[in-house]
Parts: sequence; structure tokens; C-alpha cells
Amino acid sequence: MATEVIFPDNAAKAAQAAAEFETEKMSLSMGPSHPSTHGVLRLQLELDGEIVTKCDPVLGYLHRGDEKIAENMTYNQFVPYTDRLDYLAPLANNVAYAIAVERLAGLEVPPRCQAIRVIVCEMARISAHLLGLGAYGIDVGAWTIFLYTFTEREKLYKLFEELTGARFTTSYTRIGGLARDVPEGWNDQVLAFCDQFLPILEEILSLLTRNKIFMDRTVDVGVISKTDAIAYGLTGPNLRGSGVPLDLRKDKPYSGYEQYDFDIPVGTKGDCYDRYLVRGEEMRQSVRILRQAIAKFPSGPWHATDARRIFAPPKDKILTSMEELINNFMIVTEGPLIPAGEVYFEAENPKGALGFYIVSKGGGVPWRLKIRSPSFCNLSILPKICVGDLVSDIVSILGSLDFVMGEADR
Amino acid sequence: MTAPADALAAFQSRFPQATPRPSTDHPAVNVPASEAIGALTFLRDEQGFDFLVDLTAVDWGSAASPRYTVVWHLFSTVRHDYLRLAAACDSDLEPTMPTSTVLWPGADWLERETFDMMGVVFTGHPDLRRILMWDGYPHFPLRKDFPLAGIEGVLSDPEVSAETGTKVIAAPMAGGPFVASPGEINMTEAEPRARDESWSEQSEKPGDHS
Repeated sequence: MATEVIFPDNAAKAAQAAAEFETEKMSLSMGPSHPSTHGVLRLQLELDGEIVTKCDPVLGYLHRGDEKIAENMTYNQFVPYTDRLDYLAPLANNVAYAIAVERLAGLEVPPRCQAIRVIVCEMARISAHLLGLGAYGIDVGAWTIFLYTFTEREKLYKLFEELTGARFTTSYTRIGGLARDVPEGWNDQVLAFCDQFLPILEEILSLLTRNKIFMDRTVDVGVISKTDAIAYGLTGPNLRGSGVPLDLRKDKPYSGYEQYDFDIPVGTKGDCYDRYLVRGEEMRQSVRILRQAIAKFPSGPWHATDARRIFAPPKDKILTSMEELINNFMIVTEGPLIPAGEVYFEAENPKGALGFYIVSKGGGVPWRLKIRSPSFCNLSILPKICVGDLVSDIVSILGSLDFVMGEADR
Repeated sequence: MTAPADALAAFQSRFPQATPRPSTDHPAVNVPASEAIGALTFLRDEQGFDFLVDLTAVDWGSAASPRYTVVWHLFSTVRHDYLRLAAACDSDLEPTMPTSTVLWPGADWLERETFDMMGVVFTGHPDLRRILMWDGYPHFPLRKDFPLAGIEGVLSDPEVSAETGTKVIAAPMAGGPFVASPGEINMTEAEPRARDESWSEQSEKPGDHS
């Protein structure tokens, strides 16, 4: 008679194996110089085999003390420092900062200035998302995307250069206006960019959206629930990827965003794939906004005209009128005359809500300037979502959060 | 949905000790430090301000009392309005504030940053470490009595110090970011913004010179 073969069930087998081979946790420092940490972020990981059991992000490698610096210079002098927050979308930072100070001064800029600001913000959004997408492609093994997106980004930088004189550190806004008006024919170039960009964008996205490898790396990875997204203060595409339809351009319109017709894409699951899809769609929507803004591009002044002690007078006036010369001198040396008070303003930047909390005691220098950095807040959810994932998923999650350390560390 | 003004009125009747805070942009209110968490809970659960967008502190200068004010900015995802809540810290020398991490996990890093920069201790915070400066850094850089050019201190890593034989370094680099080593160039000429009222080439710089 044959003996009955007993197969021990898998759970018992696993328990036996665990007792036999006792494991210990490994501590791994990922970064600060690691290609997938997108800058100088260090993750202090605790691993059980390949599973992350603890993740402690270490920040501050790029801390420059921007808030301290801001307390020691006039409002206009701080504009170049805002370039260096989210250095992938300096124009959007410039605009957010200028609007915050203008709110404090109770100053409205004319429609043409608002329209120019919307145009540059949306161009900055496209440029930032293109970089985010290209870098994300590299993170998960799709090199080609990067070459496509950088080609498009280069075209945008050509336009930025023509508008502001700089490709990267634009410093384009001034309190109460802009550094200069748009050059002649520039808007047509932006339209031409839009026309050729949309088909290329479709091509870029088609390389990823139904790509098996890309989906394997991103679908159901790094899931952030709606409640978590709000509780951790996530903003921007990371929040909308989790299905929260919150966009300050719609909910708290500034700079005339209420005039434009556009949609807010939201995700359903809140995984890395959703965040990627949201960014892709946002670029299409930005093109929509660009076309509308240029179609109804207003004429008139491109800076506030009733801001005598805030916005510098035109050059020909400075050279011919003693009063204007004195006024210009005062604005440059003492800074724009801003009343005492406090203001909090957030703008919907490519990475999320960039906020400025400014406390003024009057005069040309802020008493306290706090920068609410979307990347900083978005990163704070990492210790929660990384636990239980594989080390290789960390790369995917970091890329999908699309942060910039210049902004997180300030 | 109630208007922000109604939210403030409801708030006032619930917290009679609260005083309106002068504001030109969003509704704002001052509460005593002891009632801050109760007020935040009320605002989050009953008035719909469910999103903590920002948390920071303001130093009003060493002559002021109360010297430190902690400021919360809340956003309502339903009503799309902001609200500013401020609470002055009771002590000017050792400022403390109850933690709001119990309400929003996102307050964790914001409070760590406020502690790091301003030295406000959030009581009950699960893990109050420095976040932007390194562990063991002895100063709070955003306080008004901290000079812009920084204070020279002991090298943070004893191993590096033993290896290089350097006891102290300028941290951050004295004389602004463009001067390679302190003393070679006249600091105030090289970087006028680094000039600070508290010290100059003639009078000694504060800090550890061991």
C-alpha cells in the first residue's frame, strides 16, 4: 500500500523558512547624488530584502536661506531668487511672487500684463512637464522620451530668451508689471510653437501611455488616496492624480485665468500612472489656454500705470524729467513702497501651489517672507507611500512626484 | 455653504478669547496658544477648512513681546477660501506651541522646518528634528538676531574635522557666496549685502572662535 504524500501548505513552509533563515534589516542611503533622486535628495532606507520597511528623506543639501536673504533686500531684488526655486519653471515663480507683493500693495495690473503673465505661466508649465516627463522616462527605462521632450523644450527656451533675454533665469516680472513688453511677432511664434507641438506631444505620449514596460512600472505603484493627498498637503498634478479636482487657476483665479476655457484633468487611482496621465493632459490644456490668451490678447499698457512709488517709470521719462529720475532712484535704492500688512498668495505652478506669505512693516523690504514650496510638501508623503514597495518602485515613485530640490530646500 | 465671514462669526462665538487679526486678503483671527489646536480642529471639522496649506512662524524681533507668532494658513477644498490663524507663543525665550500633526500629517515637516529655522518647539510632535540644517546645528537662522552672513561654528562632522585638522569653518561661507576664504578680501566690499548691523571688520563677529 502506497503511503499518502502530504504536501505542507505554503504558509507553514514559509514560517519554517523564516525560522530557519533569520534575516536582518539593511540600511541603505540612496542619494544625495543619485540619478533618480532628481537633485540632492537623500533617502535613508531600511530594507528587508528588497522591500522598503522605512523611508526617511533627508533634505537641506540645497538650502540657501532664501527666506533670510529676502528679509535683507528690496522686493524687486528678490525676483532673481525666485528663478532659483523651481528652476524648471522660473517664469511661473516670477509671476507668483509678483502677484503676492502686488496683493500686499493692493495693486491691480492691466489686462495686457495679466495676459502676458498667463502666457508665460502656461509656457513654463509645458516646459516643466516636458522635463518631468523626459526624466521620468529615463527613470523607468525609456530613454527616447527624453530626447523628444528636450527638443521641444529647447524651442520654448528660444522663445523665453527672446522675451526675457535669458533662457533659464528669466527674472521677468517686476512688482507692478514686467521687465518689458512682448517683442513684435513673439505671440505668433508662440502660436506656431503650439501648432507644431500638439502632434509631437501625441507622439511622445503614445510612446508611454500604452507601453507595457512603462505600465508595469507605474500602474498601482505609489498609490496615494484622496484623503492622504489632502492630509499631507499635496498640490498640483500629484493631488489631482489622486482624484481631487483642485486647481487654483479655477478655484481661486488670478491674473485673469477665469476668462479662459480649460479642463482640469484628474486621476482615478492616485498611482504613478495617473500622475503621468494628468501631466500629459495638462500640457494639452496649457496649449488651449495659450491659444485663447493670444487670440484675445489685449492692447494697452503692460505695467501698472497708477503705481508711482512701486513700478519704475519709463526710461525716456527718467532721462527727461527730474521728478521721474528721483522716483526711479527711490524705487531702486529703497525699494517699492509697500504698505504694512500681511498677505498669503498661492499660484498654481507646474509642481503645485507655490505660496508666498509676506509680512511687511511698510517700506521696500519685507519683514518676513515665507515660501510655501509645493515640492517640500509633496515630498512629505514619501515616508508613508514608500513602505512596503520594492526599491525599484522608489525610483518610479520619485519620478512621478516630479519635485525640484531647489524649491524644496530653498 | 457659509461665507468666510459667517465662518469667522461662528468661530468667534465658539472661541470668545479669539480676536480678529487685521487682514486685507483672507479672513484672519488670533487665538491664544493654548486654544490653537481646539480652534484648528473646529475649523477643520465644522467649518470645512480641511487643507493645511502652510504653517510658519514670524519673529517680531528681540525687542518685541510676544516675540514669536505661529501662523497657519488653511484652505477649504469645498468652499475654496483661505483662512489665516495666528497664535503668539507664550514664552519669548523658549517658544513652544502644541503640535498640529494630530490633525494633519502634512504638518510634520512644516513644524520641523519652523523649529529648524525659528526655534519654536512643537510640543507633542512625534519626531521634532532639524530638516533643512544639519543635526547638531546650534543656531536658528531665521531669527532676527541671527546675522545674514552666518555665524562661524565648529565643523559638524568630527570625523571630517579629525581628517582635515580643521577645527572651525565658516558656515555658511563668511562674506557671502562669492568669497573663497574669509579674511582674504574685505568682506563688506566684496559682498555688501553680507554686512550686518551686529558686527563689522572692526567689531568682533559673534560665535564660537575656539
